[in-house]
Amino acid sequence: MANLLMRIFRGSPKEPGTFAEFEVPVEEGMVVLDALHWIQAHAAPDLAVRWNCKAAKCGSCSAEVNGRPSLTCKTRLSDFDLDEPITVEPMRAFPLVRDLVTDVSWNYEINRSIPPFQPPADTPVEEWRWQQEDIERVQEYRKCIECFLCQDVCHVLRNHEVERPFLGPRFLVRAAGLEMHPIDTADRTGYLKDDGGIGLCNITKCCTEVCPEHIKITDNAIIPLKERVADRYYDPIQMFWRRLRGDRSSAPAAAAPAASDGGDRSS
Amino acid sequence: MTTTPTVLKPAGTAARGLGRTNRRDTWWVAPGIQAVLFTVCATYLFFSGIVWNPLFGTPYLVDGYLSPLFSPLLFPDALPRFISPGLLILWVPLGFRATCYYYRKAYYRFYFADPPGCAVGEPSVHRGYKMETAFPFILQNIHRYFLYLAFIPLTFLWIDAFGAVFGQSGGVRVGLGGVLFFVNVTLLTGYSLSCHSLRHVVGGRLDCFSCTRRQQVRYGLWQRLTDLNRHHMAWAWASLISVTLADLYVRLLALGVIADPAIRL
Repeated sequence: MANLLMRIFRGSPKEPGTFAEFEVPVEEGMVVLDALHWIQAHAAPDLAVRWNCKAAKCGSCSAEVNGRPSLTCKTRLSDFDLDEPITVEPMRAFPLVRDLVTDVSWNYEINRSIPPFQPPADTPVEEWRWQQEDIERVQEYRKCIECFLCQDVCHVLRNHEVERPFLGPRFLVRAAGLEMHPIDTADRTGYLKDDGGIGLCNITKCCTEVCPEHIKITDNAIIPLKERVADRYYDPIQMFWRRLRGDRSSAPAAAAPAASDGGDRSS
Repeated sequence: MTTTPTVLKPAGTAARGLGRTNRRDTWWVAPGIQAVLFTVCATYLFFSGIVWNPLFGTPYLVDGYLSPLFSPLLFPDALPRFISPGLLILWVPLGFRATCYYYRKAYYRFYFADPPGCAVGEPSVHRGYKMETAFPFILQNIHRYFLYLAFIPLTFLWIDAFGAVFGQSGGVRVGLGGVLFFVNVTLLTGYSLSCHSLRHVVGGRLDCFSCTRRQQVRYGLWQRLTDLNRHHMAWAWASLISVTLADLYVRLLALGVIADPAIRL
């Protein structure tokens, strides 16, 4: 059985962080989270690691493995050169709690700012109907497990975080799911342009690269939303056409009511 | 009606400074190669389309082959000698590619280091980050207009390709130049049809695909364009290289450096 050298970030906001080294015996099929569990069991019982399902579905064990945002439960040791040390550190875009655990509560706060699902007021819920082709796009967005790796790797949040509000890829995906829902009636383009900060995204596709659910975040969610914002605010022909048709919504859209449930995932 | 005020994200612990990262893979190789390729092609196309003709009088039309940078050929005799006819055309494909969603990803990385790579540190000059919310990058929002305009030279390029083969006085000429023209215009068509804005205009802006017959037709088109769109990056690079090679071929023919191998039927 070969041994692997792992360099694990240890630290908290009150003390400077350092990388501690551990030798871990490697068995076939091990993932990075297995190695972290071995370290907890044999060498550092106080190592803080957030995890839950170990099946790449709960999105809890996000960290940066060799500098790359990854789910530690889905990252196989066999993907690396085991003669080199493997570095594991917390998601760098979020404030540190301790060791590999970060405070991701901001994500839940900003989620509450998204105008929620707004079905037609005159249609009772039992009469809601749509076809599969209408909902397929939205179903892709619903695969999100909220691991926040996309938020972590997004350079707007990672490197420009304190300057302007920005939803980040995860919540642009959620907004896309609401905005493109076949019976939703709310217009979120004004919200996306201003409070959502969609113009800050410069579509460098890092979010798509790290998504463990392989959601085409940039191509299928962010760019379509950018195009909808362009329809509303930057396309003079569209604006003229809406005015000609007497479409009152050509004016900047009134915001929909604030979400009462925040993480409304039923929409 | 109100929304909950948007909250700013608290600061994280990411390393600051250009290129700072713990990534061990060769994240810089792809943007490095792209930067070289893009710079070489763009510089060549700029000089060929705008500079060479006024300065050196290098021909762009030879033996029925018109360089794609000059098609459609507008007022070649009426323009002053210091203005290349390419100038009247090139701003359209230039604008189309400069505002293209794929190229934006590429050049924001390799020219602006914004970011240079995923989870890689940026230069401190980006602290006043506004990106596409302010001039000049807010102009990226007019990409769809460059798309509409791009179909005009594209139509003429198809005419040129057919003309290079079938428009010869001696009958049909199947030459290397004609093949190159067809490959080029096919790749340019693929690049234009795979555009994200076109995908949006055709059907992406609909919320309901099944509600009316017209929307069902648009849904069908949207699906086809979505298939093309998955390979937008490949279309973008292949068409950039092909248009460069097609122009180079015509220039070398015109200078007598090469001959056009052809079968005449």
